[in-house]
Amino acid sequence: MNKILLASVFSLSLAAFAGSLSSGSALADNSDPVAKGTAVAEEWDRRDQGFGDSEALMKMELENRHGEKSLREMRQQIFEIQEDGQGDKSLTVFDEPRDVKGTAFLSFAKTFDPDDQWLYLPALKRVKRISSKNKSGPFVGSEFAYEDLTAQELKKYTYTWLRDEPCGDLQCAVIEQTPVYEDSGYTRMVSWYDLSEYRQQKIDYYDRKNELLKTLTFGDYRQYLDKFWRSHDMYMVNHQTGKKTRLIFEKIEFQTGLQESDLTKNSLKRVN
Amino acid sequence: MRFANKLSVSRSPLRKSAVMIGLVPVIMGALAFPVQAQDEEATGEWDFSGFAAMDLRVFPDSALHSGQRDQHLNPSLVLQPEVSYEWNDGDDRIDFIPFLRVDPQDSERRHADIRELKYLHIDDGWDLKVGVDKVFWGVTESRHLVDIINQTDAVEDVDGEDKLGQPMVNLGLQNEWGDVNFFVMPYFRERTFPGRKGRLRGSIPVDTDKAEYESDMEEFHPDLALRYATVLGDWDLGLAHFYGTSREPRLLARPDANGQITLIPRYDIINQSSVDVQATFDEWLWKLESIYRQGQGDDFFAVSGGVEYTFFGAIGDAGDLGLLAEYHYDGRDEDDAPATVFNDDIFVGARITLNDTADTDFLAGVVFDRLDHDKSFSIEANRRLDDHWTIEGELRLSDGISESSPIYDARRDDHLQVRLNYYF
Repeated sequence: MNKILLASVFSLSLAAFAGSLSSGSALADNSDPVAKGTAVAEEWDRRDQGFGDSEALMKMELENRHGEKSLREMRQQIFEIQEDGQGDKSLTVFDEPRDVKGTAFLSFAKTFDPDDQWLYLPALKRVKRISSKNKSGPFVGSEFAYEDLTAQELKKYTYTWLRDEPCGDLQCAVIEQTPVYEDSGYTRMVSWYDLSEYRQQKIDYYDRKNELLKTLTFGDYRQYLDKFWRSHDMYMVNHQTGKKTRLIFEKIEFQTGLQESDLTKNSLKRVN
Repeated sequence: MRFANKLSVSRSPLRKSAVMIGLVPVIMGALAFPVQAQDEEATGEWDFSGFAAMDLRVFPDSALHSGQRDQHLNPSLVLQPEVSYEWNDGDDRIDFIPFLRVDPQDSERRHADIRELKYLHIDDGWDLKVGVDKVFWGVTESRHLVDIINQTDAVEDVDGEDKLGQPMVNLGLQNEWGDVNFFVMPYFRERTFPGRKGRLRGSIPVDTDKAEYESDMEEFHPDLALRYATVLGDWDLGLAHFYGTSREPRLLARPDANGQITLIPRYDIINQSSVDVQATFDEWLWKLESIYRQGQGDDFFAVSGGVEYTFFGAIGDAGDLGLLAEYHYDGRDEDDAPATVFNDDIFVGARITLNDTADTDFLAGVVFDRLDHDKSFSIEANRRLDDHWTIEGELRLSDGISESSPIYDARRDDHLQVRLNYYF
C-alpha cells in the first residue's frame, strides 16, 4: 500500500485521537489549522453519537423583508444510523399551513451519494420518489435550504481552524467548513463551536460567488439524557434578501422507542 | 405514528353516519374496536380539519347537446371535513372524510360521498385497514394506468384523479424483501357521470340507474387485489394483480321504455396484471406503467412511460423547472372494451415550482394523439393566499378533435375553472 497515504491516514487518526482526549485549548497545535479544525468537528460529532432516535415538534416562522409573517408547523422523527457512508433517516410531517396538512417527507441521508427522498401527498394518497439534487433549494419557502436541515455528517465537509475568540459568555473555535458533497449552494461556511460543550453557536454561509449569504444563530440550548445538546431556537437571516426564518423546537424527546422500520416508504402512507 | 397530536379535545361518541350505503357491517366491525381499547388506553386524541371550496367553471362556448343548461358560468361548492381519532400512541386510528358537492346546474354532479371511513391498525411488520379508503398506485403523470382500486368520481374533473371511497379489507405485510398488500373489496362503486343538464358529457347522457353487470352478484361481487412493492436502490418497483369488477364501464346504447336511446354502463369482470417502475437518477425520473387485461374482448396490453427532468434553481432565485414527456399505448379492442383517449398518444409538459412562501406552482401540458391528431391542452396553477386560503386555476382546451375521438362530444366544453379553498 502507498506509504504516503498510510502516513496521512495515521496522522489524521492521531489528530482525532488527540481531539477526543484533550479539551479545546489543548487541541492540535495552531501550526496545522486543518488538523485542529478537524479535531474540533470530530469532537462535536463524537459528542452527538449514540442519541438513537428523537422526535420533535417544530414551528417555523417565515418573515419577508416587509415584516409579513407566515407559519409552518411540523413534526419530525429521526433515527440515527451509525453505519459509514449512511446518514440518519428522518420523517417530517406538516400540520400547518392547513392546505399541506398531512404532507410528509421521508429522507435517507447519505454522506456523499444523493439522499433517498420520498414525498407523500395526502390529497391523492400518492407517494412520490423525488430527486434529491435540490440540496441548495429552499425548504418550504423558508431561508433554510434542504442541506441546512438534513443530517450534518462529519465527513460532508473539510475543516480549517481560523481562530479562537469569545462568543457571548463562551470561548469559541471559529472553523471554516467546505462542503465536499455535490450540489451544495455554498463555497464555504464559517462555524463557531463553543469550546466548553462543542455546540454550534453560529454559522455564516457563503454563496457560490463566495459572498456572505446567510447567518444562522443557535439559541436556547438544552441538554438531553445528560449528554445531547439541542438548540431550540435557530434563527436564519438572509443578508442578500432581508428575509428571515426562525425555527423553534417546542418539544424534543429522545429514545422514544422509534424503530428503523417506522421510517419506510410504507409508513409514509399511514402518517397522520 | 407515535407523534403526539396537537389538537386534543374531550372524548365524545363517534356517531354512525346515516348515509352509509350497504357498508354498515364492515364499518360496525371497525367501530367496535375503540370501545374495547379505551379501557386500557384512555388517552385517545381527536383531530378535526378539512376544507370548503368555491368553484367557478367558465365555458366560453355554448352548450352543444339538447338538454344541457346553456350557461357559460357554472358555480358550485365543495365541503370535505376530516375527523380522526387515534389511540394506542397512534397504532390504532379511525379516519372519517365525508364529501359533498353542491352544483345548482347538474343534479348528477350534486353528490355526496364517503371518501374515507376506516379503521387502521399498525403493528410490527404488518398493518390492517377495514372500511372505506383511497389507494393510489403508479408513477406517471398524464395517465394513471395501473391505479385500479378506487372508482373515478368522473363528475368532479376530467383528469380522473378524483376518486370515490372504496370499501375494503386491506392487510399489509412489510418484509425485508418488500411489502405485500392483500385487498378484499366486498362492494363495488359505480362511476359517476354528468347528468342531462351538465357539460363535459357525450351527446347521449349516461343512465347510471340502469347499470348492468357481468356478474350476477352485481355490485356485491367480491373483488380481490394483490400488490408487491419494493425499493431497490434507485428503483421503486410495484407488481400487482386485480380480479373483479372493471372500474371502467363499457357504454352500451339501449332504447328506454319510450324508445329513446340511452347509454347504459356495463361493468365486466376482468383480470388485470400490472407493473409500475420508477428509476430516480439525479435530476432524471424514469417512469413506466404497464397492464395486461383479460375480460373485455381480446386480451390486451397497455403501457405508459416517460421521463421527467428538473432544472433545479433555474427560475428566479430558487424556482425549479421540470420538463415531462410521456408516451401512451393502449391495445384494447375498440368494440368490446371501454373507450380510451390514450391509444397512441404523446404527452409533453412543463412544471414550474417557485419554492416560495406561497408554494406557487404551474403545470402545463398537451396530449397529442398520433392517430387522430387531436390535441388536449391543460394549464394548472396553485398558490397559497394566507394560512387558510389557497387559489387554484385550471384551463382545459382541445383542438382538432376528430369524430372518432371519445371526447368528440365534449369539443365545445373548453373551460377555465377557478377554485378558492378555505382550509381549517
